[in-house]
Amino acid sequence: MHIDEAGRAGRLAEWRRRLSDAWDSDLAYSFRATPMAVASALVLLIVALTAFLAPLIAVQNPYDLTQLFLDQAELPPIWNEGGASPYLLGTDVQGRDVLSAILYGSRISLLIGFASVIASMAIGIAVGLICGFAGGHVDNLLMRVGDFVLSIPTLLVAILVSAVFRELLPVNLRDAFAPVILTASIAITSWVQYARIVRASAMVEARKEYVLAARILEVRTPRILLTHILPNVMTPVLVTATLSLGLAILAEATLSFLGVGMPVTQPSLGTLIRIGNQYFFSGSWWVVLFPAFQLGLIILAVNLLGDWLRDALNPKLQ
Amino acid sequence: MISMVIKRIGNAAAVMLAVAFVAFMIFQFLGDPVQLMLNEQATQAERDALRERLGLGQSFVMQFVTFVTRAMQGDFGISYRNQQEVMSLIAERFPATLELVLVSTVIALCVGIPLGVYAAIRKGSPIARLLTMFSMIGVSIPSFVIGILLILVFAVQLNWLPAFGRGDVVKFGWWSTGLLTPSGRRALIMPAASLAMFQISFIMRLVTAEMLEALRTDYVKFARARGLPNRLVHFRHALRNCLMPVVTMTGMMIGDLIAFALVTETVFQWPGMGQLFVQAVMFIDIPVMAAYLMIVSAIFVTINTIVDLTYLWVDPRLRQAGVARGYHAH
Repeated sequence: MHIDEAGRAGRLAEWRRRLSDAWDSDLAYSFRATPMAVASALVLLIVALTAFLAPLIAVQNPYDLTQLFLDQAELPPIWNEGGASPYLLGTDVQGRDVLSAILYGSRISLLIGFASVIASMAIGIAVGLICGFAGGHVDNLLMRVGDFVLSIPTLLVAILVSAVFRELLPVNLRDAFAPVILTASIAITSWVQYARIVRASAMVEARKEYVLAARILEVRTPRILLTHILPNVMTPVLVTATLSLGLAILAEATLSFLGVGMPVTQPSLGTLIRIGNQYFFSGSWWVVLFPAFQLGLIILAVNLLGDWLRDALNPKLQ
Repeated sequence: MISMVIKRIGNAAAVMLAVAFVAFMIFQFLGDPVQLMLNEQATQAERDALRERLGLGQSFVMQFVTFVTRAMQGDFGISYRNQQEVMSLIAERFPATLELVLVSTVIALCVGIPLGVYAAIRKGSPIARLLTMFSMIGVSIPSFVIGILLILVFAVQLNWLPAFGRGDVVKFGWWSTGLLTPSGRRALIMPAASLAMFQISFIMRLVTAEMLEALRTDYVKFARARGLPNRLVHFRHALRNCLMPVVTMTGMMIGDLIAFALVTETVFQWPGMGQLFVQAVMFIDIPVMAAYLMIVSAIFVTINTIVDLTYLWVDPRLRQAGVARGYHAH
């Protein structure tokens, strides 16, 4: 009992020390000293929290058709004449509450954004490590594939991949797999830059003494790659990942807006803008404007945060 | 030098062959053209005749060779959707896209370069910081959102400009232009502006970065030491040395923009080839999809190769080192 308590106190002290270390680090200091970074992080935190708590906050589940009432369609926002509670930002032609749709839509947009960044990072790291360590023909082949991907406009590749995958799936599975297809089509177009960064650093690291030491100790190659080389090439990879998160969210929104992304039954922000775009000539501007504002806000906050991180971690600027 | 040129052109040809292969694979995997082109009552003999005519009985390699030869002659087959020749469909819509892209690039250069120079010269001033902030917003807000906002304000609310279409066009042979009629010019304003927005931010950031670097160099310091007025130092000495990367990056961006214009074309229902492609994707009209992919890639690859070769020609260091110029829009 006594020992247990001492152990717990020790762990607490350890955690406190780690926290204060983190608070005092250069990165945290730079973060506190940059109001723009703090503001963007705050915006993202609020957006992410409201998006993932959407089932608890939203007044209606926009995927559940029994909760949509056609007699309450096309209501303007609550501060306009004709607006009605609880539809704070109004409703669309099918009686879908715009605010609820935005919250659920942000969740999909953020999820696909994160998933596609992680997927492209995973592919890029794997390819980069293999190329940097193996060299020779494997390296040549994989890098040529990367050159090829970059030599066609990315939006075009994403649209084609997404369209082809959709077409190959049976009709009843298409909507369910839409997020997976989107993630894959964005990842396929954006892994190359990670691969190039990792490959270049891995080639340098592979010649260093600690790797030689590990080889002499007969550590297996996959283990050398993952536990010895990978941690030393991660910083630029993470900066690139933050910077490309905004692009990934943008890509998802663009594909959905064009109609090759998320279906109308599970709208992301891009799909909502697509739906709203068809109706604003009849005067219901709120259906398109609010999702558009949310999308712009998310991408701007992510980009500002990424810009700050790149500058903060850039040794040349310190 | 000549070997480098041959190598670059060979690379470009290899990329195009790979693109052709991808386009060919889409044909192979998606749908049976015989089923798509004939109605249900067609007899087996009719099916076989069509199969023979389309060359589907040949071996895989032979079909690919036929596909590439035809593509090189501009023959991409018949559209599944409206039974017209794909090449004439695209040729009809190509001028609209090119006009949109070029006008927006000119706007972007005229706005982006001065703003970028200003942001560099007055670095740290409130206006310069505001400009940097604006350029951040410019790259963050999706171009279709900007397009929709423009339509809401200038077409729906104020009723100043048309919300969609291209207005009246003047024909010169197969080429058509909207620049010569008042309604054509009015229709072009909003699509070109929304497509230019992203480029303005991009060019401005590039010019600012290059200018800041140039202002630190010795020849600029020397020019200042000679007592030249600021105007001459900034524009004759510093800016001139920044223009080369700006011009090449803009050139490279045009290839990207021709593809990217499909978003703007969808928003404004601009009758360009991007809109044609988006409609083709909806209907899985494979010949149109394949033709668009190959044509846009060909433009993109050609521009990049020319830019690369220009660099080889301008910068002798690259010829000896044999290293690729690391400039890419991505």
